[in-house]
Amino acid sequence: MAEYKWPEADKRSLIGKRISRIDGPVKVSGRAKYSYDIKRPGVLYARMLRCPHAHAKIVSIDISAAEKMPGVKAVRIIQDVGKEIKWAGDDIVGVAAVDESAAEDAVRAIKVQYEVLPHLVIDADRPPPAPPEQTTPLSTSDLRELITKKTPDEEIIARIQAKGIFADENLLPQIERAGGSQSLLAAIRSARVVEPGPYRRVAAQTSGDPEKAFAAAEVISEGFYGNRVITHCCLEAHGMTTEWPDDKSLLVYPSTQNVSGTAAQMATPLQIPATNIKVHQDHIGGGFGSKFGPDSWGIECARISKQAGGKPVKLFLERAAELMVAGARPSSYAYVKIGARKDGTIMAWDSESWGTGGPGGGGSPPLPYIFNIPNQHKQHTAVATNIGAARAWRAPNHPQGCLITMSALEDMAAQLNMSPLDFFLKNIELTGPRAQIYRDELKIAANLIDWDKKWHPRGDKAAGPIKRGLGLSIHTWAGGGHASDCDITIQPDGSVELKMGTQDLGVGTRTALAIVVADTLGLPLEAVKISIGDNSYPVSGPSGGSTTIGGISASSRRGAVDARDLIFARAAPALNAKPEELEAWGGVIRVKTDPSRSLTWAQACAKLGGMPITVRGKNPGPEKLNDQGVGGVQMADVTVDIETGIVKINKIVAVQDCGLIIDLKTAESQVYGALIMGVTYALFEEKVMDQQTGTMLNPNMEFYKLAGLGDIGELVVHMMTGKGYDERGPIGLGEPPTVSPGAVISNAVANAIGVRVPTLPLTPDQVLAALERKGGSNARI
Amino acid sequence: MRAFEYTSPGNVDQALRLLGNSWEDAAPLAGGTDLLSLMKDDIVAPKRLVNIKDIGALRGLSIDAKQGLRIGALVTIQELADNLKVAHAYPVITKTANEIAGPQIRNMATIGGNLCQRPRCWYYRTGHGLLAKDQKGQSLVPGGDNRYHAILGNDGPAFFVSPSTLAPLFIALRATIRLVGPSGKREFPLENFYRVPKSETEREHDLKPNEIVTEVIVPLLGGAKAATYEVRHKEAMEWPLALASVVLNMKGTTVSSARVMLGHVAPVPWRSAEAEAALVGNPITEAVAQAAGNAAVANAKSLGRNGYKIQIARVAVKRAILAAS
Repeated sequence: MAEYKWPEADKRSLIGKRISRIDGPVKVSGRAKYSYDIKRPGVLYARMLRCPHAHAKIVSIDISAAEKMPGVKAVRIIQDVGKEIKWAGDDIVGVAAVDESAAEDAVRAIKVQYEVLPHLVIDADRPPPAPPEQTTPLSTSDLRELITKKTPDEEIIARIQAKGIFADENLLPQIERAGGSQSLLAAIRSARVVEPGPYRRVAAQTSGDPEKAFAAAEVISEGFYGNRVITHCCLEAHGMTTEWPDDKSLLVYPSTQNVSGTAAQMATPLQIPATNIKVHQDHIGGGFGSKFGPDSWGIECARISKQAGGKPVKLFLERAAELMVAGARPSSYAYVKIGARKDGTIMAWDSESWGTGGPGGGGSPPLPYIFNIPNQHKQHTAVATNIGAARAWRAPNHPQGCLITMSALEDMAAQLNMSPLDFFLKNIELTGPRAQIYRDELKIAANLIDWDKKWHPRGDKAAGPIKRGLGLSIHTWAGGGHASDCDITIQPDGSVELKMGTQDLGVGTRTALAIVVADTLGLPLEAVKISIGDNSYPVSGPSGGSTTIGGISASSRRGAVDARDLIFARAAPALNAKPEELEAWGGVIRVKTDPSRSLTWAQACAKLGGMPITVRGKNPGPEKLNDQGVGGVQMADVTVDIETGIVKINKIVAVQDCGLIIDLKTAESQVYGALIMGVTYALFEEKVMDQQTGTMLNPNMEFYKLAGLGDIGELVVHMMTGKGYDERGPIGLGEPPTVSPGAVISNAVANAIGVRVPTLPLTPDQVLAALERKGGSNARI
Repeated sequence: MRAFEYTSPGNVDQALRLLGNSWEDAAPLAGGTDLLSLMKDDIVAPKRLVNIKDIGALRGLSIDAKQGLRIGALVTIQELADNLKVAHAYPVITKTANEIAGPQIRNMATIGGNLCQRPRCWYYRTGHGLLAKDQKGQSLVPGGDNRYHAILGNDGPAFFVSPSTLAPLFIALRATIRLVGPSGKREFPLENFYRVPKSETEREHDLKPNEIVTEVIVPLLGGAKAATYEVRHKEAMEWPLALASVVLNMKGTTVSSARVMLGHVAPVPWRSAEAEAALVGNPITEAVAQAAGNAAVANAKSLGRNGYKIQIARVAVKRAILAAS
C-alpha cells in the first residue's frame, strides 16, 4: 500500500521552498489571456439596460426602436412588465451588437417606464426597538421553528390568530415543505398579513448568566463599533463570453472561481445537458468570493448569444455596474458592553448588532470573535436594503466580527490601564484549542514590531499634531481542503502532465501543483506540465473558503505517489531491487540504501513500453494529508495627523499559521495581498449610497478608493512553520490574514490619538469627529 | 461612448473654424484625461472633437526676465514639473505640479486642461447634472452626501468644488490667461476666469465654446515667498480635500502683502481676503499662521457632511504659510 504522507523536511526538494510562480512571466509580460481578453471570431458585444431606481415595478418596456438600429443583433427582455426590481443597476433588457458603441446606443433607445417604490439604501442608523414580543407577527422562520419543534397545531394557530404573520410570498410553499398540516395552512391563508419592514431581528442568544456576571464585574467598558458596506471591486469585472457551436452545445469563457461547477449551474436555466457545456478559463483577475456562479447576466449572455444565432457574445460588466451589482460585503455595527475583573479577567459580553447585505439582510457576525467569553447576551438585526445583493467577501463575517470584538477588547484594556498584549495573554485560554498558537504568535509579532519599546498607554503624549500608536488583533479561519480530483499522465519519454478542473485565482495554484508533483517524482519544477481551468479535466472544487490548497495539494500528492510507485514497479527489476526500496530524487530513480544503483527518470519511464500511464489522484482519500483551523496575529504601527485626521500606516506585522507550506513565496504573497486589501478597507473603502436617489455615488475607481503603494507602509510577514505546523498538512491561507487588518489598524489609531474612531473606513472626517467628541485639542490626548 | 466626429487641425485658425457655438457642437481635445471619461460616462456628448494637440503654437514653455513664465496650454503637467528653469525660478510650481494625481495623469494632462477641467462632484459625474438638481429643481447636495463639497461660497446653486490644483497657485502668483476666439485674443487675470454657473448651460469659467486657451503667463516671483500645502487622504491618484497656495511679499521680517488662495473648498478657486489681512503687517509665526488659517474659514459653513473640511482648510492655510516662511 502506497504511503501518501508528506515527506519529512529533509526529503522535500521543492515543498516549502521560496519558489516564484510559474505563470509569473506570462502575467508580467501581458501575454496571459484573462477571460476578459478572449476575443472569439465575429464576437458581439452585450450591454444591459439597468434599472435607475433602487426599488421599482416595471410598468412598460418598448424595445422596438432598439431592434431596428444598425449593428444590433439581439435585444432581449430579461425582467418583464410587472416585475419588482430591488436595487439600482439590476438588468432589465440585454442587447448584443457588433460593437460596444452600437450596443450602448441601442440601450439608450429602449423605453422603460417604472412605478417608483420606496427604498432604503443606508444602514448606519440603530434599528428601532422591537415591538413587544406578544404583538410581533410571526415570520416564516418562526413558523418553521414551531413546526420543527413539534408544537401542537392548535397552539401555532392560536399564535397566528393573535399576532398575524409577516408577508412572504414563499411562506406557503415553505410551510408545506416543512410539513405544516392543512389546518395550519388554512390558518396562514386567513391570517392578518403585516409587511415586514426592513428590520429583521434574529433571536437573542444568551449563554451563562450575563446579568449576574455584569453585576459582579469590577470594570465595565462600553463602545460602538462598525464597518460599512464595501464591494469586491474585482479588477477583472464579472462576465463571460458564450458561444453556441450548435443549438445543443455551449462554449463558456467565464471569469470564475468555480470552473468545474459552472456547467451544472448553467444547464438547468438554459435547458441543455451540462455535459454539452464546455467551460474554459486560464486566468482570473480577482474574485474574492464574488464569482462562484455564472450570475443572472451570465445566463442572459448565453440566451442573447442563442438569440443572435449562436454567435459569440461577450458580456462583462462595466466598472460602474461591477461596483453596483456584482457583490457587496455586508456592513456590521454593534453596541458592545464588556465586564471584567480589575486583574483583567473577562467575565461578560453583551452586544446589540445590526448590518445589511442588501435585500436579503446580511449575515450575523460571529460575536464575540474567537474569545469564548463565559457569560454572553447578544441580539442581531438584519437590515434589508436596496443596495444590490451581498456576496461572500474573503472570510465572510470574520472581518466584521473581528473589528467589533478586538476593538471592544482593546477599549477594555485601555480602561483597565493594561497593555492589550498583556490583556489578551491573560485571557488567551478563552480562545480554545489554538491558545498556544496565539501565545507563540503574539510573542513573535511583538518582537517584529518592537512592542515593548514602542507601545505606550492610550494617547501619544508627544508634542505636536503627529501621533503614533500600536494595535493588535488575532483571527482564525477553517480552510480545510475541498474535494478534488486530478489525472497525472506520465509519457514513455518521461514528460509529465497534471490535469485538474481547478482554477488559479492568482494565488499560485498552478505553482503549488507543479511543486507537489515535481517534489514527489524527484523532478525539477519545469518538468511538470500543469493543465487547469477546463471542465473537461477531473472535477475540483470551487476556490472559496480557502479550501483550494488543502484540496489540490492532497489530491495531487496522492496521484503523484501512485504514479511514482508505478514507475518504481517498472524500474525495480532493472535495479535489482524491490519497488519499495526505491526513491525518486534529483531526477533519478535510485535504491535508497545504495544510491549508486539508479536510472535516470527518462530511462525509468522508457520501461513503460511505449504507452503512457494515467493515474487519478483524489481528495478526500487515504491518510490525512490536510487539516483545518488556523490562528494568526497581526500588529500595526500607525501615525495620525490629528489636525487633518489622516492616518498613515508605518508598519504591519502579520504572523500566520497555515499548516504545511507548499510554496513559501506565494504563501507570503497571499499574506501581503491580504494586508494590502486590509489597509484598503480599513482606510478607504465604502460603497457610498445616496438615500435621495437610491443610487451609488462612487461607482468608479476615483471615489471608490483603493490603497496605492504609498499608502500601505512596511509589511512584514512571518509564516509559522516546522514542528507543530508541518505535520498538519496544508491549510487554506487566502482568507485568514484579511480578517485582522481593520481591527489592528483601528486599535493602533485609538492607541495613537486616545479615542476610538468607531467605524471603518478611518477617513479624515471620522477621525476628526472622534477627536471632536473627545474635546478636539491636542493637549487632551 | 456615443459616436463623434474627430478633427485634427494643424493651426489655431483651423481649430477655431472647427469649434462651434455650443459645447454640444464641439469640444477641444488636449490630454483627454477629463473629457474622454466624461464622454464614456455619457455626461457630455460633443458631436465633434477638435484635437488641438498638433498645434505647435500652443506648446512651449519659456521664462523671460521681464514677462516672467509663459506656459503654452499644451504643456503637460509633467513637462512643467520637470522643467529645470521653472524649478529654479518658481520652486513652488514644480513642487505643486509634482503632487498632482500620478505619473500617468501628469504625462497626459495639459495645463490648459487642468485649468478648464470639470468638477468631480459625484452627483454630476453619475448623471444628475452640473447643479445636481432633482425633478423639483432642488439641489441634491445639501440633503445628500456632501462630504467632498464646498464649504465656502456654498449658498448655491453650485455646491461642487473647483477641481484645479494649479489654478489657486497661479492666481496667488497673479497669473494671466490668454484665450483666442473668432473675434481675436483676450487676456485677463486668471482670477477673473472662474465663476459660479447659475444654470446647467453655463460653465465654471469664462471660456466660450468657440475659444481655446492658448497660454498662461506667470509674473516673476521677485523674492516673494510661496508655498502650496495640500491635504489628501491617499498618497497618489487622489483629489485634495483642501489645499492652500500662498504668496507672501516681505518687508524685513514682516509680511507687506499676501495672496492666499484655497482650492477644493468652493465652486471657484477661493481667494481669502480675510487670511491675507491677518498676515499683512505681521511676522510669519505659528500664531500668525494659525490666525490666518482661522480667518480663512471664518465664513465657512458645513453642508452637513463636510464640516471636517473646514478644519482641513484651516490647517492647509496654516501649513502653507509656515512652509513658505
